Amino acid sequence: MLAYYFRLALRSLRRNPALTVLMVVAIGIGIGASVTTMTVMHVLSGDPMPEKSDRLFYPRVDPEDAMFYEPGAEPPHQLTYVDAMNLLRDGRGRHQAVMSGGGSVVVPEAPDQEPVLIETRYTTADFFALFDVPFLHGAGWTAEQDEARDQVVVLSRSLNERVFGGANSVGESIRLGDHRFRVIGVIDQWRPNPHFYDLTTGPYADSEDAFLPLETSIDLQMARSGDMSCFGDERQSPEQQQRSGVCMWLQYWVELDAPEDRVAYRQYLERYSQAQREAGRFERPDNVRLHSLTEWLEVREVVPDDVRLQFWVALGFLVVCIVNTIGLMLAKFLRRSGEIGVRRALGATRRSVFLQYLMEAAMIGLVGAVLGVLLALAGLAAVRLQPVDYAAFARLDLNMLALAVGLSVLASLLAGLLPAWQACRIAPALQLKSE
Amino acid sequence: MDIAPVLKALRQQKTAALLIAFEIALACAIICNALFVMVARTERMQVDSGVVESELLRIRSATLDDQAERPARVGEDLAALREVAGVVDVAAVQQVPFGNSSWNTSLATERDGRGITSSTNYFDSGNLVKTLGLTLIAGRDFLPEEYIEFEALYREEARTNGVAIITQTLAERLWPGESALGKQFYPDADPVRVIGVVDRLIRPSFRNLDNADSSTIYPVRHAPGAQYVVRFRGRSAEAVLQDAEAALRAVHPGRLTLSAESFPQLRERFFRGDRVMTLLLAGVVVALLIVTALGIVGLASFWVQRRRRQIGVRRALGATRGAILRYFQLENFLIVTAGVAVGMFAAYAVNAWLMLHYALPRLPLSYLPAGAIGLWLLGQVAVLPPALRAMRVPPALATRA
Repeated sequence: MLAYYFRLALRSLRRNPALTVLMVVAIGIGIGASVTTMTVMHVLSGDPMPEKSDRLFYPRVDPEDAMFYEPGAEPPHQLTYVDAMNLLRDGRGRHQAVMSGGGSVVVPEAPDQEPVLIETRYTTADFFALFDVPFLHGAGWTAEQDEARDQVVVLSRSLNERVFGGANSVGESIRLGDHRFRVIGVIDQWRPNPHFYDLTTGPYADSEDAFLPLETSIDLQMARSGDMSCFGDERQSPEQQQRSGVCMWLQYWVELDAPEDRVAYRQYLERYSQAQREAGRFERPDNVRLHSLTEWLEVREVVPDDVRLQFWVALGFLVVCIVNTIGLMLAKFLRRSGEIGVRRALGATRRSVFLQYLMEAAMIGLVGAVLGVLLALAGLAAVRLQPVDYAAFARLDLNMLALAVGLSVLASLLAGLLPAWQACRIAPALQLKSE
Repeated sequence: MDIAPVLKALRQQKTAALLIAFEIALACAIICNALFVMVARTERMQVDSGVVESELLRIRSATLDDQAERPARVGEDLAALREVAGVVDVAAVQQVPFGNSSWNTSLATERDGRGITSSTNYFDSGNLVKTLGLTLIAGRDFLPEEYIEFEALYREEARTNGVAIITQTLAERLWPGESALGKQFYPDADPVRVIGVVDRLIRPSFRNLDNADSSTIYPVRHAPGAQYVVRFRGRSAEAVLQDAEAALRAVHPGRLTLSAESFPQLRERFFRGDRVMTLLLAGVVVALLIVTALGIVGLASFWVQRRRRQIGVRRALGATRGAILRYFQLENFLIVTAGVAVGMFAAYAVNAWLMLHYALPRLPLSYLPAGAIGLWLLGQVAVLPPALRAMRVPPALATRA
């Protein structure tokens, strides 16, 4: 029976090519626009560490003075050195690390080589275990090396290729700016998207090319990047600011054994905040937060407003296209009321008329989906040409492809419902008479 | 022409008429808001920076030597840049308009007072006002003895005699209706005296136009993150840029140029996102208009075909071709009017939602009549081909069948 409806639909579509093309184009453009923007939204709101994102947490406290206190306000985004080091020392999670972004110039040993500017990450020993960073050679450093302020560095695979030609460089040394560092490890390809662990250096930033101990970087006054905000008297030298309890510039992540452990960790944070307040350091009422990785991405709104706005515009556009298709199908189906009357008079049930027209609508959806996917591919290619930091991620994956086809068929079925219903209500005898 | 029969006929094809009206309403809501966003973005892109952009270059470079040697190096660099053909002024500063990072402080008008407004800090290490081409509208530029070293900012004894030049907008915000000259403000515990007011100088990066022009210039030498601003005349930006880079390399061969571009290039990059958004919305508006017009053509053609006999009868009874044409045009006008009426409310609802979630301002009322007129015209144009076809239905059709 379905095959028969299919043939009927095909014939009907071919009989009125102009109207058919109009409908397909409308659905196709609507699908193309919304799938393009949905794909961008989808890649931008992806989970960078699906295997453990529900166990990674971002703790925050509010260390600021009472001066500009507003009840109910969110605590600051980052921690001061004092608080980050206190939490690190307590070590209440399975793994935890303090970190900040920075930049450095790799000074070549050979005179004919060009110096390279790289992004760096200053962090503590547990960083690599915390984020399951894959190693190609060697390993990260230890907590003792953090304490000793060793000049050691872990390189990215690409920097290792650039400087050491891809050889195992563990044990070699490399000059970053004014200082020499001993290479102790090389990590493999690793680029979490979004760059969740530090959103201040750009939510879709590349991962860094060199990782080195935080204390060492402060001692050597290496250039840092990202936000720093201070309260109270700011009259401090950069080094004083970095190790102070009044300048917030560090990110802190903790991995708990199980998602349920967050309650206990939150209580620990509350106790910590309370103790700091009683000691006279915190002046505001306790204001702690403990967001999971995905919650934190939501809180910091990593998906740009413009991308969300584009998504809504595209969705609105799709709705207009669907409404438009309803109108056109109505015109098309009712134009054939004579034919429907004949079929009904010959014994076709309302149900079969209804199904036949839905089949026709679904076919329009399928053809529209093909056009829509082509348009989405073109749209995403255009997005990739844009100089935005998420450009490289704007690609159609199988999920979005399936979504495009599903959405298109659903949209056209939806558009076909009303016309098909009206068509199947046509009374057989009456129509025969009037023709 | 009588409206009554048109309305009567419309009632017989309620569904289709409602669909078109609904489509018009949706299109109206989307188009009004899209136009509004486009206009806001265009305004943003045309912001006046206050500096003579067409004559300026910005060069950021890193040297690999010891930090202690930096002050001397900057002096040598500036001297070398001054020698480049076409260069009229040079200055070192830690941030520039349309650069992305900025250094901000909140200011108060009383000691230990609550910050009234946030302002960005430009650290002028000499000749900045002249190089950027700022217009002093009151007071004067810094005197050589007023410059302090960056490190002195952290030493109490050096900070009792702070002076600054501020923008007119900031002056008006701190002391509304008064002259700012000689007045003091507090970025922290020590007062800073205003010695000059410039017409305009925008922040390096800004979100809203409202707070874009709140800037302070301090006479501070050797701030970290210094970059060079070069003002030139009589040569092309590319030529001066090329020579400037060569001059810097000659001073220090192992130099790394991080970026070197003209201010128009900086501006272009800064507003890229806005330009993309504007083009995208323009594309959606055009596509919406096309889809809506095609929808009207399709449905109107269907109506004409369905009523061929009725039209023939009316023609046979003496209706002129013009009357038939006007009939379809009036019908379309009524449908579009209903759609636009609903669409205006929808446009406001969409705008209210955008205001809530995307901090957009309220939609000016002027957009609504503009949108309505546009959609009316669109409807009339779209209905014309089917209406012309209806007009040509011969009266003889009435006698057939």
